[in-house]
Amino acid sequence: MSVIEVNNLTKYYGKSRGIIDVSFNEEEGEIFGFIGPNGAGKSTTIRLLLSLIHPTSGSAKVFGKDVTTRGPEIRRDIGYLPSEVFYYEGMKVNDLLKYSASFYDHDCTQRIRELSELMELEMNRRISDLSYGNKKKVGIVQGLLHSPKLLFLDEPTAGLDPLMQRKFFDLIRKENARGVTVFFSSHILGEVQRLCNRVGIIREGKIVEISDIRSLQQNNYKKVRVTAEGLKPADFKLAGVTNVQSDNGTISFFFKGDINGVLKKIGAQRVEDVTIEEPTLEEIFMHYYE
Amino acid sequence: MSATIYRHEFLSRLKSIIIWSVAVAALLILFFSIFPGFADQAAMINELWAKFPPGLRAAFSMDKLNMATVLGFYGFLTMFTQLFLAIQAGNYGFGLVSIEENEMTADFLLTKPVSRTQVFVSKLLAALTSMFLTTLVVWASTLVSIAVYAGGREYDGTTLFLMMLSLPLFQIFFLCVGLVVSLIVKRVRSVTPYSLGLAFGAYVLAAFSGILGEVKLELITPFKHFDPSYIVNHGAWNTPLVLLNVAVTVLSVAVSYWLYIRRDIPAVS
Repeated sequence: MSVIEVNNLTKYYGKSRGIIDVSFNEEEGEIFGFIGPNGAGKSTTIRLLLSLIHPTSGSAKVFGKDVTTRGPEIRRDIGYLPSEVFYYEGMKVNDLLKYSASFYDHDCTQRIRELSELMELEMNRRISDLSYGNKKKVGIVQGLLHSPKLLFLDEPTAGLDPLMQRKFFDLIRKENARGVTVFFSSHILGEVQRLCNRVGIIREGKIVEISDIRSLQQNNYKKVRVTAEGLKPADFKLAGVTNVQSDNGTISFFFKGDINGVLKKIGAQRVEDVTIEEPTLEEIFMHYYE
Repeated sequence: MSATIYRHEFLSRLKSIIIWSVAVAALLILFFSIFPGFADQAAMINELWAKFPPGLRAAFSMDKLNMATVLGFYGFLTMFTQLFLAIQAGNYGFGLVSIEENEMTADFLLTKPVSRTQVFVSKLLAALTSMFLTTLVVWASTLVSIAVYAGGREYDGTTLFLMMLSLPLFQIFFLCVGLVVSLIVKRVRSVTPYSLGLAFGAYVLAAFSGILGEVKLELITPFKHFDPSYIVNHGAWNTPLVLLNVAVTVLSVAVSYWLYIRRDIPAVS
């Protein structure tokens, strides 16, 4: 079952572009990575799905329900962690979490206790006294305390120290193992690579690629490095070879196509060293943005 | 309507309610304490008033109110009470939606399982409750002041009742107009300049309307819709103007609701 279905969703803020003709699906239980640079339309997409803003055209469904007409029911089972969290400054952490919990039908006390212990929250501090990272931790507990079925994470790791980031990822993985679907927006590819099954790449408001994270890496360029004496860049003038660089007897290039052609060329040489590796997501990503 | 939101909104305004109520009550009672002196030396006071420039007298409706009477004096005071209440109501109206958007807590609230309608209604009801608590304090201090300082002088109970009853309508006007303006302008960054502007603007218009005589300014300023001197002198409301006032209020709420339901909540930028 598709938890999120987005069809030709378009949003303009007056004349300025939000997103254009975005379509994708996310299946139940998936962790879907949504990557793109700042201003590409990641937050706009999430805000549309949360009905914080209204689409210019197109439609979106969450849990099979239209987001513009059935928002309140949908949001019963949604957790949201924005990139920057803002809460009522005068409230204490404890009161804020209770206020948040009071919007849901079931009792969340137990869950609040578990999560706040895990995140090492100080429950009696005022929100206004908290540091950025600590506010973020409140945000994590706040987003999860009602045991949502779908989580929207909008650049969630900003402001968390590495230790907390790891705890956070473990927590997300654990939630996912329980069947929670996760929509994860980020511009940090490493964390997307670690966590997600599938990714969508968005650029200037348009989806440029939706793909399995594995096939994205496999059906892509290989990075080849050969070190051999007397090797010239011209030796690798083959179809599918790009970006040839020569450095002190080492030739490196990107290759896409039948690898046997390259292996024959290399086999004809007396080589000192060869590496053929998959590109990192970072490099694939740069390719889409060039 | 969400009881959770209503409660939260009401509690966050509690301090403001207390401060405004105490301020207006103090104004009323302190001013009323000089009434016995006024009434005893009515002839002299009226002679003094007559020496004031006519424009000034008109601006404060002194030419239409006999300050030696309970209702005349109370009518004079009511103009100031109105100004206070207008600022308070404007604060609540302009801030109803905008404060939450400025402090970025709107994202928190609107990602909860509540509809925009529920949020709008709960917030509006909480603001109205807060405002009417202040009205209750004003009513109580009025009755106490009159009981203590009127010294057995006669006054028409119905007229007093009409004057007191005009206050809540007057307040709702400022709240609703503030709300609709805050939703029409792109972004209200700070509430106070707007509410002071609206209240003093309307007040000054009413004063000018007094100085210039027969001007149609009274059509647009609520200080004229519920002009205390009119109510004192006629023993009744100026019905067409009151109806106009209520119509503007209703229209403001309707437009505010329409805008709020369709509103795009601004993101952090």
